[in-house]
Amino acid sequence: MLKDMTMGQYFPTGSVIHRLDARVKLICTIAFIVAIFMTDNFIMLGFCAVATGVMIAVSKVHIKLYLKMLKSIWPVIVLTSILNIFYVKGDTLVSFWIINITVQGVLKSVFIALRIMLLILVSSMLTYCTSPTELTDGIERLLSPLRHIGLGEAVHTLAMMTSIAMRFIPTLVDETEKIMNAQKARGADFDSGNLIGRVKAMLPIMIPLLMSAVRRAIDLAQAMECRCYNGGAGRTKMKQLHIGTRDVAALIIVAAIVAVVVMGRIWL
Amino acid sequence: MAIVQTEGLTYVYGEGTPYRKTAVTDVSFAITEPGIVAIIGHTGSGKSTLIEHLNGLMKPTAGTVMIGDKNIWDDPKQIRQVRFRVGLVFQYPEYQLFDETVRSDIGFGPRNIGLEADEIERQVLWAADTVGIKHDLLDKSPFDLSGGEKRRVAIAGVLAMRPEVLILDEPTAGLDPKGRDRLLRCITDYQRQNNTVVIMVSHSMEDVARVADRVIVMNDGHIELDGGTREVFGRSEQLRRCGLGVPEVSRIADQLRALGVDVPSGLLTVDEMVKALLPMMKGGDCNA
Repeated sequence: MLKDMTMGQYFPTGSVIHRLDARVKLICTIAFIVAIFMTDNFIMLGFCAVATGVMIAVSKVHIKLYLKMLKSIWPVIVLTSILNIFYVKGDTLVSFWIINITVQGVLKSVFIALRIMLLILVSSMLTYCTSPTELTDGIERLLSPLRHIGLGEAVHTLAMMTSIAMRFIPTLVDETEKIMNAQKARGADFDSGNLIGRVKAMLPIMIPLLMSAVRRAIDLAQAMECRCYNGGAGRTKMKQLHIGTRDVAALIIVAAIVAVVVMGRIWL
Repeated sequence: MAIVQTEGLTYVYGEGTPYRKTAVTDVSFAITEPGIVAIIGHTGSGKSTLIEHLNGLMKPTAGTVMIGDKNIWDDPKQIRQVRFRVGLVFQYPEYQLFDETVRSDIGFGPRNIGLEADEIERQVLWAADTVGIKHDLLDKSPFDLSGGEKRRVAIAGVLAMRPEVLILDEPTAGLDPKGRDRLLRCITDYQRQNNTVVIMVSHSMEDVARVADRVIVMNDGHIELDGGTREVFGRSEQLRRCGLGVPEVSRIADQLRALGVDVPSGLLTVDEMVKALLPMMKGGDCNA
């Protein structure tokens, strides 16, 4: 069950996308997401979908993993698109009681569903292709101009907290699974009963998990202090980020995609 | 009829991802009589995956697991019943303690079975006695106990379900020598008094030599060796190839033999070694 959770996971395949500079990947992802939001017709959305498809192929991460990601949040997609069906005015398709479904409403909801799916695919590509360390490193570097207004330490702390949190996602997932198995071995039943019963059934997992998270936090804090960690000031990086030709090319490609979408919005 | 039996058990992790890995391949064995069976093997040899199949926590990719005369996956809805019959104690089981009192934590399994209150109490007391937890500890919080006590309480939590088969994954890991002795004694006493099957995964050859009647050696996801404890530890060369050692005593016996001392083969414990060597040391100072 938890093994199916791919969110925030990293799948190293060594593709071109994996080797891009993390800062470039962040900027490209944000730019591409903005482009997807700017689309207002099916042609432009289709263009973005093709671009996404190409990138997925280039990333060499198995398509199944992307589909798994979509599968895990289908309720969100369905809910948003269903709500949209009822709120768009236009030529009536079906009408009963106080509900009036229009052709435009159906089209709009399909459009929104597709758009959400693209957004999810693009953002999961970022985490599939960037290791958590690189990602937070990239965020820290992108935000580093903030040090000029006295926020340098805050940016570093934020980056450190994010990378520790991301680093511990798999550990805690593992731990949860272990504890669940241990309680299942004692006959715990997590899948039946009413709501209150189910919440109560989670206690034998939550309490040991909380205890171990606190224990880990203490251990980690001590280990960091033993290695003289004292915040961001004067700290250097083992892996220096470096912008190369590859990165410039990626930026140009994404800029071109955004330009096409902008032009599409103006002329189509 | 076998008490526990696997046929061609195979399990593959992460099918369809870059992390695909076969954890166990075509594992077949049968345990037909009560006793302590040790499963040994180096890290990643598939021991843990194997034992998680025995109580239905994992479903085999191929092959079957039989408890008694029933394939445990014949009726997947009844898999919980299998977990009451095959008690599994995980590595570092003290991390699974959660309840307010020791009594109610040990009673978690029996409550899940659906026993009556007085029956639960009886099983809790029996389990506490079996692992040597004094009754005045029962009303304390499990988090106030010492490491060794926590471990024994966690084992009691599985024993209280009265399983037909008890499986322990590295029960002595991280305990001090005294705690280790005490726990091993608990396990052997429990096995003898109840005449059941106990399966113990261990990294400690000394522990295995002391308590096991039979040893299964796992290597790279398959069974490398399976036989009586003396027989398996007699094959030190093959064990070394699997990244395993032999008990200290066997190693010393090997070295003595190399020096020309005529020590009998199959010695496993210090006591046996002493008995074998004493008659040879004619006139020597035996009390040293």
